[in-house]
Amino acid sequence: MGRNGFALKQVFIWRHGLLLVPLIFLALFFFFPLLTILLFSLFPQGQADFSGFLELMTSAYYRDTFVFTLIQAMLSTLLTLALAVPSAYVFTRFQFPGKTLWMAVATLPFVLPTVVVAAGFNALLGPRGLLNMLLIGTFHLETPPIQMDRTLTLILIVHAFYNFSVALRLITGYWANQSPRIEEAARALGVSDWTLWWRVRLPLLRPALIAAALLVFIFTFTSFGVVLILGGPRFATVEVEIYRQANDLFNLPMAAALSLVQIVFMFVLMLFYTRLQRRMVVSMTAQGAVARVPRSPGQRLLVGVTVGGIAFLLGSPLVALVLRSVSLQDGVGLFYYQQLGTNARGSVLFVPPAQAIGNSLLFALLTTLLSVSLGTVTAYLLSGRVSRLAALLDPLFMLPLATSAVTLGFGYIIAFDEPPLNLRTSPLLIPLAHTLVAMPFVVRSVLPALRAIPPNLAEAARSLGASGWRVWWRVEVPLISRGIIVGATFAFTVSMGEFGASLFIARPDTPTIPLVIFRLLGQPGALNYGQAMAMSSILLLVCALAFVGIERLRKAGIGEF
Amino acid sequence: MRRCVLFFMLCLLLGVAPLVARDNETLTLVTHDSFSMSEDLLAVFQSETGITVQILRSGDAGAMVNQSILSKGNPLGDVMFGVDNTFLGRALAADLFVPYESPLLKDVSDEFKSDAENRVTPVDFGDVCLNYDAGYFAAESAAIPESLVNLTQPAYKGQLVVENPATSSPGLAFLLATVQQFGTEGDYTYLDYWRDLVANDVYISDNWSDAYYNQFSGSAGSQGARPLVVSYASSPPAEVYFMETPPEQAPTASIVADGMCFRQIEYVGILAGSSHLDAAKQWIDFMLSVPFQEDMPLQMFVFPVNPAATLPAVFEQFAQMPAEPVQMDAATIDANREAWLQAWAETVLR
Repeated sequence: MGRNGFALKQVFIWRHGLLLVPLIFLALFFFFPLLTILLFSLFPQGQADFSGFLELMTSAYYRDTFVFTLIQAMLSTLLTLALAVPSAYVFTRFQFPGKTLWMAVATLPFVLPTVVVAAGFNALLGPRGLLNMLLIGTFHLETPPIQMDRTLTLILIVHAFYNFSVALRLITGYWANQSPRIEEAARALGVSDWTLWWRVRLPLLRPALIAAALLVFIFTFTSFGVVLILGGPRFATVEVEIYRQANDLFNLPMAAALSLVQIVFMFVLMLFYTRLQRRMVVSMTAQGAVARVPRSPGQRLLVGVTVGGIAFLLGSPLVALVLRSVSLQDGVGLFYYQQLGTNARGSVLFVPPAQAIGNSLLFALLTTLLSVSLGTVTAYLLSGRVSRLAALLDPLFMLPLATSAVTLGFGYIIAFDEPPLNLRTSPLLIPLAHTLVAMPFVVRSVLPALRAIPPNLAEAARSLGASGWRVWWRVEVPLISRGIIVGATFAFTVSMGEFGASLFIARPDTPTIPLVIFRLLGQPGALNYGQAMAMSSILLLVCALAFVGIERLRKAGIGEF
Repeated sequence: MRRCVLFFMLCLLLGVAPLVARDNETLTLVTHDSFSMSEDLLAVFQSETGITVQILRSGDAGAMVNQSILSKGNPLGDVMFGVDNTFLGRALAADLFVPYESPLLKDVSDEFKSDAENRVTPVDFGDVCLNYDAGYFAAESAAIPESLVNLTQPAYKGQLVVENPATSSPGLAFLLATVQQFGTEGDYTYLDYWRDLVANDVYISDNWSDAYYNQFSGSAGSQGARPLVVSYASSPPAEVYFMETPPEQAPTASIVADGMCFRQIEYVGILAGSSHLDAAKQWIDFMLSVPFQEDMPLQMFVFPVNPAATLPAVFEQFAQMPAEPVQMDAATIDANREAWLQAWAETVLR
């Protein structure tokens, strides 16, 4: 049966214009500036300059950089998935206290600036960190037993720390829509647990697993701050090299060559992925999985280990920095929080915390609205029957994730410098840039859900006399709502935590929370550091509240499906 | 409904752009993210001159210069402040500025002036020096290193944090100090020195914040374990200034022995293509005037170039001034920066 039966398409059968909006958006705010800067870099004064490519092909250094980038990204993806799949199982199948809260805790690391995360890990795993002090004290050791500073292991752990929730949310969101009947049938046939996992659960989850793997892979492939700060200068990813060439050396031909190689590599990878994905569509009857209270000791242990793992690995670096924000020179208190609100030096740099929170929330809200509407429409566009075209378009929408902020920032400056699009110093560029990064999340979380809808469902509803709109709202939206919520949560998160774009765009002062943290950490002294930790804690709190709020909204608004 | 929302969003995006365009009495200052000044002082300038100042910020000095080069001829603003002597060569080579000789420049010492044509005007300077953890050295009764060579000795093994010169401005300044002292040719070049530093377990951080707060042990805010860090001569007074209760003794101090500090000078210039030349000139005069020069130390932790400006008490008390800081002209830095960095990376990192 053809997959052209979706209601939204029926509604807009005569106005395919809507489906083109995301394409226009992408063309205008991504491809236009990107091509402008690439052409500018590779053809300065009309003369072709391909010196960058030549160096890329002949230099062993760049080959090693590429290989390292690839290997660390694959290992990080494997580690992240290995941790996320069992946790997703626990979150889907069991009911336990604080479930929403733990999910929020798992997502929080995503919003933190890398320097702050480095501080958190230092407090936990560093030479004078909590764990080492504990081990030294317990076993009377001479030297710290955990020496992870500047190792690949630490890079992988921190990558998992950042991306765990991407995989967890994507898989849980998808899994929760799956009927338990297949499993029950399998159990009735007496299959072992092992077979159940390998032959039933994982195959059914493949669309979500692969989508999660792809996102984590792209994120870690283009990793920047983690590698620079926690990996140290000996490790470099392609993204780090692009930044060095563009920002520090201003070697535009080389930066452009590297950017192009990274983009083309990602494009080919995603073409492959799209083909793979289309072959493994799992249609399912819309029936929610049932979460039970864990009964057997084994189940309790599983839930305990998962929650304990999240609390320790993800929660403790966060707790460390919250503690730091209330530790004063003498005792404990909220002094740094109070200081955030006073402009002691009467400085123009001063930002009242309420204003930073307001700016962050405004940008995040705009980003969420834009990326959810554009992303959902994109998912419809890609789910269509015109498979060749969709297969080509799908990777295009992922490319912003594979493009470095510095390259795109340069592109904005030279592409948007004339009216009617003199946007280069507009604060609007920030939510626009965030939307480019957030949209792929929405697409990746909505698309598997959309493809899993049996096509005859909408037809059945229509044959019963429901209008196109009604079918869309009452049949399709409920089925993709989990995907939309997952996407919206990430769009919000990406925007709250991102500040790379803000650094590469010259902007009037609309400081966000991460930017205030960055500024505070740029000056010496206990007050600055304490306030940076306080502002980070506020960022965590605002995001945690938002996550819980989004979850409540879903339950209240659309109900449990 | 959804379509309406989408259309509304797009109209909003495209429609707001022209409104953001500047009006005529506005002077746009392009600067880096550390720029700061007193609100009151800005208000005084605006009311006295009738000029409204809009501040545009980019990440760091490097990002700012790059953006200005890309937007050359159709500049993002009218004046640019914050380009320093390590990036000045790149900016001058790209011909970003219109010359202007401020009447106040005659009082400024020649050592700060880098361009005979006055395309840029010096505004402030700061010395990149080693800072040490005063508590650690006092408790251990250890000697404080007095030269760059000292740092390669076993006594200081595992004690030093520096920033990566490829990604950090103080890191680059420290590299330049080693280039100046050891040279690039002969038996013992700056690269040999760096090999010895690495052998002595130097820690190379990506940026100043990570070095100072996560690796260095001396700051009242830091959590690190190493008592020596590359920072600024103004960091010790900042430590005192940013304490909850001002102490008698600063927790850190600078090492200002000859040849150990590198002098960074920050400049302001009028961007070519600006249509507010008069306003821009008034702004530059204002930056050199005593009120602004006296405002800078506690706002940006830099030193004034105008000799008539007096330093705040906390600077007088806790800032050490190097007698013989390393100075290198912008053209030399610009001509060699890439090669020095490349050689450094190959020696130290690979």
